Amino acid sequence: MARKRYPRFGALEPGLVREALLGSVLKLDPRRQIENPVMLAVEIGGIVTTAGFFVGLSTVTGEQSLFTGLVSLWLWLTVLFSNFAESLSEGRGKARAASLRQSRTSVPARRIEREAFDAPANEVASSDLRPGDLVLVRESEIIPGDGEVVRGAALVNEAAITGESAPVVREAGGDRSAVTGGTTVLANEIIVRVTTEPGRTFLDRMIAMVEGAERRKTPNEVALEILLLALTAVFLAVVGNIYPVSAYSASFTGSGAPASLTVLVALFVCLAPTTIAALLPAIGIAGMDRLFQRNIVALSGRAIEAAGDVNVLLLDKTGTITLGNRQAAEFVPVEGQSRDELMQASLLSSYADETPEGRSILALVREKTGVAPACPPDARFIPFSAATRVSGAECNGTSYLKGAADAITRLVPERGGAVPPDLATKVNGIASAGGTPLVVARDRTILGVIFLKDILKIGIRERFADLRRIGIRTVMITGDNPLTAAAIAAEAGVDDYLAEAKPDDKLRLIRETQDEGYMVAMTGDGTNDAPALAQADVAVAMNNGTQPAREAANIIDLDSDPTKLLDIVEIGKEILMTRGALTTFSIANDIAKYFAIIPAALVGIYPQLVILNIMDLATPQSAILSAVIFNALVIPLLIPIALAGVRFKPMPASRLFAYNLIIFGLGGLVAPFIGIKALDLLIAGVL
Amino acid sequence: MAQPAPLLDGLLFIAFFIAVTIAGVLFGRYMGHVFSGDYSRGIPGTLEARLFRFIGTSAGEEEDWMGYAREMLIFNGIGFIALLALLLLQGYLPLNPEGFGAFDPGTALHTAASFVTNTNYQIYAGEASASYLTQMAGFTVQNFLSPATGICIAIAVMRGVTRRSTDRIGNFRVDVTRCVLYILIPVAFLAALLLVSQGVIQNVDPYVHAAGYGPAGPQTIAMGPVASQEAVKEFGTNGGGFFNANSAHPYENPTPFTNLVEIFLILLIPVSLPFVFGRMAGSMRQGWAIYIVMLAIYLPALGTLYVAELDGNPLMGQLDVTGISMEGKEVRFGLGGTALFAASTTATSCGAVNAMFDSFMPIAGMVPMLLILLGEVAFGGVGSGFYTVIGFIVVAVFIAGLMIGRTPEYLGKKIEVQEMRMAVLTVLVPGVLVLILTGVALFLPGTAGAMHNPGPHGLSELVYTFASMSNNNGSAFAGFDASGIFYALAGAAAMTIGRFVPAVAMLALAGSIAQKKTVPPGPGTLPTASATFTVWTILVILIVGALTFFPLFAMGPIVDHLLLSGGG
Repeated sequence: MARKRYPRFGALEPGLVREALLGSVLKLDPRRQIENPVMLAVEIGGIVTTAGFFVGLSTVTGEQSLFTGLVSLWLWLTVLFSNFAESLSEGRGKARAASLRQSRTSVPARRIEREAFDAPANEVASSDLRPGDLVLVRESEIIPGDGEVVRGAALVNEAAITGESAPVVREAGGDRSAVTGGTTVLANEIIVRVTTEPGRTFLDRMIAMVEGAERRKTPNEVALEILLLALTAVFLAVVGNIYPVSAYSASFTGSGAPASLTVLVALFVCLAPTTIAALLPAIGIAGMDRLFQRNIVALSGRAIEAAGDVNVLLLDKTGTITLGNRQAAEFVPVEGQSRDELMQASLLSSYADETPEGRSILALVREKTGVAPACPPDARFIPFSAATRVSGAECNGTSYLKGAADAITRLVPERGGAVPPDLATKVNGIASAGGTPLVVARDRTILGVIFLKDILKIGIRERFADLRRIGIRTVMITGDNPLTAAAIAAEAGVDDYLAEAKPDDKLRLIRETQDEGYMVAMTGDGTNDAPALAQADVAVAMNNGTQPAREAANIIDLDSDPTKLLDIVEIGKEILMTRGALTTFSIANDIAKYFAIIPAALVGIYPQLVILNIMDLATPQSAILSAVIFNALVIPLLIPIALAGVRFKPMPASRLFAYNLIIFGLGGLVAPFIGIKALDLLIAGVL
Repeated sequence: MAQPAPLLDGLLFIAFFIAVTIAGVLFGRYMGHVFSGDYSRGIPGTLEARLFRFIGTSAGEEEDWMGYAREMLIFNGIGFIALLALLLLQGYLPLNPEGFGAFDPGTALHTAASFVTNTNYQIYAGEASASYLTQMAGFTVQNFLSPATGICIAIAVMRGVTRRSTDRIGNFRVDVTRCVLYILIPVAFLAALLLVSQGVIQNVDPYVHAAGYGPAGPQTIAMGPVASQEAVKEFGTNGGGFFNANSAHPYENPTPFTNLVEIFLILLIPVSLPFVFGRMAGSMRQGWAIYIVMLAIYLPALGTLYVAELDGNPLMGQLDVTGISMEGKEVRFGLGGTALFAASTTATSCGAVNAMFDSFMPIAGMVPMLLILLGEVAFGGVGSGFYTVIGFIVVAVFIAGLMIGRTPEYLGKKIEVQEMRMAVLTVLVPGVLVLILTGVALFLPGTAGAMHNPGPHGLSELVYTFASMSNNNGSAFAGFDASGIFYALAGAAAMTIGRFVPAVAMLALAGSIAQKKTVPPGPGTLPTASATFTVWTILVILIVGALTFFPLFAMGPIVDHLLLSGGG
């Protein structure tokens, strides 16, 4: 299907970069920088060395001044790079929020007193609407707030929210009653009961999330930050210790000098986990952004991370595992009846049936007989009724009916007919093959069964296999009988199924699974899904679902495509993996930095320590400067990884761990040796 | 100069560790039964129940982590005050044939803190200042109670990690009673008898005054109830010697056999604890994984120490004197018995010594220092080593968990903010203490005077002193004189903080993690008993240690080694 997506914002689009550059300077304000305490420590280091630079201008040699000045410059750049990464990740969200905000402007609303199209109306601003108010929305008007259609049906353009230009039907009652403020009615008129306070509408929440304004650090981020802060504190103690120890050593040997303030600050900044601390905010924001690019809105950062932990996925069969519509696959006559008669009867009984199943029966007849079915002119249609649970048509005084096996087998004896002895076998055979049997009768004669087949979505089996490999169990929820459910479950490759499920069965299943310690994700759209959605750890509501479902969920899928739950799980994992990978990388870097800085700082005191200069760096100054510059440059170099995320590969945990450990651990160990050596060659060549 | 026998020593090490491992598995099973109360039936059960009633509790009552921590702190506080009083009043008390007066207040404070925290760093010479009553009712009693405290905390942490959806982690009074009655006393009693049979003395006689040998003047030979203290000194990884010379003294450690017995005693409980944990977690593999982490740190350390001593002192080599440098070592133990003892006493938090580390070659001397500074995790002090390893594992699991794309979990328990906070406190506090205190000491005048050999070697002495105190080891780099008032006070603070901050932090971690649900393992779970994760845990321990102490090592033992090996 062709669809208009949100315009894609490239990460390095000039406008965004310009804004991010400005943002990175503004974030230098210590009151904002404290949001990222590790980088605040770097900023303080920068202030200290800069002060040292100006104080020393008149007292120390030009060479020393140049060194202090360059170190200071790169410390400031380190902080700026970090702020730039965060600003850039926010920038994409902000640009989207701005376009969303255009839909949020206050519009006039026609408030009515009672639920009738001809009720007296008075005009108010949409911002004055309260939950419970009724509003009338006519053709080509903007719906003034989130709510539920209580009367009428309309064609609504929801492109403002979903980016989808094809209009959708919203109607009173059923699962398509929710409307979103800011969307436009294209045809017909509806009465909407407002359900949210102004300022808390879906659009408002979406803007806040996309913009990052409501972004709180997730518990996992806080825990990681504690680790990073603790390491920072340790390194502060390390450099605090180096001064007296080097002073003592210098006084003992009588040569060299205690490590200078500039060197100490440089060492501290290099050791502190600046790489991960600089990119940490960007990782989380970019993760949300990646979801948004797939038209998924997470209403909390925590929900995405929880998605990475999900062990059990509850999936509705229809729409998620199978295509929404079942299709006729075969005609199975009972003993003594011919296939042609059965096809003829099926055809007649389905003329009026506008459901996809009905259409597929006609299509199958056409396929089998090669003639386009024509409707007999004297046919009278018998619509589906809740009482008989059959439908069909009457032609020339003969009735043609089709329905579920139990309905037909009750109806036919009432009319004096007999149930053929082999019907039950045929019906069960179809059910246990995963099909839905539809029994066809002509007057009081049962002719046979139509095999309605559930059609699996393409590629769904492979996705379930991937999920199983990473330890996620899939459970199919269906209203089908256990026989059919088992057959479809086997065909789709889900691990388990819940057949003949009622809404409270879902809720109970979620509770039981959670009590065993599992994290549960589910998708839902109906009002009766709301309690289960509220209970699930990760609850994805379809945007075309009802308002209660959307309220109960913590993630909304604007495309209303339940298979995207799998994307959410993947992105949740990618956010966590990116954090872990960059933390490992950052800490592994420290080894090389020690080998650059420690000999440089101490070789004046103990010339023997030159043995630790394993990179053979030119001078102490170039060594320290190279380490500081490497430490700064690695931040912008890793921004692409932070924004795009480390790819998740479906493989068992222990292999994935070993794989990432080699790439980011070993890589983090080796990369700075190469980088620092290269920078040193460059610096030694220039100076 | 003695000639080394590396092949023989190597075989000894292998045989010894096979024996220790087997004993650890078996003793771990026994300890597991003790703490789950399986032996509290029949007559012992009745007696135990009566005892618990007397101390106002019962085996069925359990506490949350704060209750457990409070009881633990009160218990240790009382122990501290009692010992302090004894040290200050010993002049007025019986069993003091030599008529020793009170400890001076600074030394008394340091000593009381030292014994209560299972550090047993001694800035006094036992035979020249402590009465028999002090040795028996003060030091020996604490030698039982301080390891019992450590073991109980470890057990409480194990319960926290393995239980689910509860806030109860045990009953401190019950645990400590069972630990002393069923674990420490029986083994210490038997070990003391064994030591006596080998010549360790056990009496309360006055010191013997003997005529000197040859040209030497008259000698005083110290006596005392040594064996009873010696056994628990090792078994409880206490390490405070009856005599100043500690386990190098022939009355404490007379023969190569007693030497092995003492090393065995030092290692037994620390080696058993991972297996207790494996049993409690219902997965011996988890226990083995931790044991392998410990062994993988210990064995290379032992090897390095041994090899670094093998060639002797290069300066002596220049004088055509070959063989191992025996200054500061005991001939009866040889290099094998010395290296094994040195590595074991610093890998645990024991701190007993049978040789003087100050006299080791620089790299060999760095090994005990490194083992202490890594946080004493291989195998660690009784209890404290185990819970520190758990602290490291929490950090390792956190990063590893992220790398596989899940919020991290250990044994199905989610590692969140509170666990992380407590784990980093446990893992990092002792190291930061060392850095701060050595820095401060160097600012003070007179520090160089306390060093035996100023310069890089003196720096090693200083670092070792605070490392030993902060990590509750208790061994000394013999040359350093830590008896000044600064060292007494700073040392007492370091020992107390180094002991109780991690202890309380780990109890808090246990309390928090016990309340969590357990996520059943699946293919998406990081297997914490796998080889990859074991290697990762070792790396985390080594990297944290290396990053914290690299500069200090550069200016201490590394320069020391370079100077000695002819770099300058």
